[in-house]
Amino acid sequence: MNNVLLIDFGSTYTKITAVDVDQEQVLGTARGITTVETDIMDGLNQALAALFAKTGELEFNKVLGCSSAAGGLKMVAAGLVPEMTAEAAKRAALGAGAKVLKVFSHELSEYEIAEIAALQPDIILLAGGTDGGNQKVILHNAGMLAGLGLDVPVVVAGNKSVAPAVVKILSEKLTEVRPTENVMPKLDELNIEPARAAIRDIFLRRITEAKGLNRANKMVDRMVMPTPAAVLKAAELLSQGGGGEKGLGDLMVLDIGGATTDVYSIAKGDPTVGGVTLKGLPEPFGKRTVEGDLGMRYSAGALLKAAGAEMISRYAVVSPEEVTAYVAKVEADIDHLPQDETQAKIEIAMGKACVRLGADRHVGQLVTYFTPMGTSYVQTGKDLTKVTTVIGTGGVIVNNSEPEAILKGILFDETNPQVLKPQYPEYLIDKNYIMAAMGLLGEEYPAVAVRMMKKYIVKK
Amino acid sequence: MSDKVKVILGVIGADCHAVGNKILNHAISAAGYEVINLGVLVPQEEFVNAAIETDAKAILVASLYGHGEIDCRGLRDRCREAGIEDILLYVGGNLVVGKTDFKDVEQKFLAMGYDRVYVPGTLPDKVIADLNEDLK
Repeated sequence: MNNVLLIDFGSTYTKITAVDVDQEQVLGTARGITTVETDIMDGLNQALAALFAKTGELEFNKVLGCSSAAGGLKMVAAGLVPEMTAEAAKRAALGAGAKVLKVFSHELSEYEIAEIAALQPDIILLAGGTDGGNQKVILHNAGMLAGLGLDVPVVVAGNKSVAPAVVKILSEKLTEVRPTENVMPKLDELNIEPARAAIRDIFLRRITEAKGLNRANKMVDRMVMPTPAAVLKAAELLSQGGGGEKGLGDLMVLDIGGATTDVYSIAKGDPTVGGVTLKGLPEPFGKRTVEGDLGMRYSAGALLKAAGAEMISRYAVVSPEEVTAYVAKVEADIDHLPQDETQAKIEIAMGKACVRLGADRHVGQLVTYFTPMGTSYVQTGKDLTKVTTVIGTGGVIVNNSEPEAILKGILFDETNPQVLKPQYPEYLIDKNYIMAAMGLLGEEYPAVAVRMMKKYIVKK
Repeated sequence: MSDKVKVILGVIGADCHAVGNKILNHAISAAGYEVINLGVLVPQEEFVNAAIETDAKAILVASLYGHGEIDCRGLRDRCREAGIEDILLYVGGNLVVGKTDFKDVEQKFLAMGYDRVYVPGTLPDKVIADLNEDLK
């Protein structure tokens, strides 16, 4: 017997997955209400009791945890040019599993410093300038951040020549300042892994403590990473394989939550047709984007604004008034669940709108230029038209009778051919809700995690 | 390297019109500048890297084949990241396809961060006079 318990301390629920590693089986899943304020163990014990009621008493050889509790890992990123180092810093933070509160660019003003202080980030990522490039802005920003009045850990990932000076300025006022490699060492070269690793390390050592998660330490062997990073890790494993087990190839994952829609793609995203020039910042192979205005509960109002009642009503085949009324109901009571067929249809349509808009913003675009030398195409971002697998996870998908209807929002749209979304994907559903758990398991048992995902994440 | 003021010259993007480039090279060199001529088919990053390496005071971008707008967009931002945000950026040639009011073209390129935008048919003397003026 080799049982492992995988825990996801979420902001609402603590979700647990018990796995028998030798048999490569999920023994059971359960959840309890997360209580960060009083004792994080309450929710875990609740979940364990629910699990044992189904499976009987279990012993665990190992317990691994991830967390998005207490607001998750909240970060602010700062860079120089919005489309360059500021964007690179944002991608590094998202890849580390953070919730990026805001991205700042150019020289920070006093107003922006006040804004950062009010946002109360857990970590700040400071970038700017290529190696050998601009030095002035990151030095200025270090000086400004030193006067923040909050003791926030800062990861410094900018121009290497001034990194020591930047660290020195910040260290006079802040306890933890961590230099790491430049997120953009050369023009058009992205290097986000070292910053990702530094963020994760600080998360493990400091943030879990600040959020009270260390109170779970008597039970949990290791808090491994923020939950979104675990999902990204799982997606990378399932796509690329691991420990000798082959993966599925290019894929996308959609995680629709109450507050946000997370979109992941594991693919290079190079042009799939000839004669296309690539422009803009290179894309991370494992890319995560988060849409804070697309969600089923806390963000239902924002979703209505972003999608428009028309889009949702068209998907649901109901009137726009009915959509507006339902969203108002959900906003007034976020625990509200669909009561009749119309509401269920609207719920599916809302999910589809989350998928559609989240994917539109995640994938690349192709722009056509007409020149004397004929038609020319320029691609920015990833071409994901040939992605073969789309995986759905998150409450509305897992608990829905028609998850494919929701996931179809990801499909390439003939009327918007410049948006490079998947054309002929196969839809798989994470119906046991195990992706984050498999990302954790994959840290120690990559091949087992890949095989288990292939076994449990399947067509509806 | 000499004490002469250095300027970077090149034809941007996938454009391989070489004749004007040679003429500009001769004329600007004869006017007393050291021209680092990158030739044709020059990507943006090469302009920026050459300017950093040589401590050039200006980047002169030419584009003849009508792709100018997509090729030239973003060059000022690259200069910012690279720490040469104050470098002079000139651009000239056939910047857009078809009959477009030059005033509109000029406005567009000024907004993209170029300091001077030249109408098709501009003679090298004008560029040299502007360099002398701007680098005073």
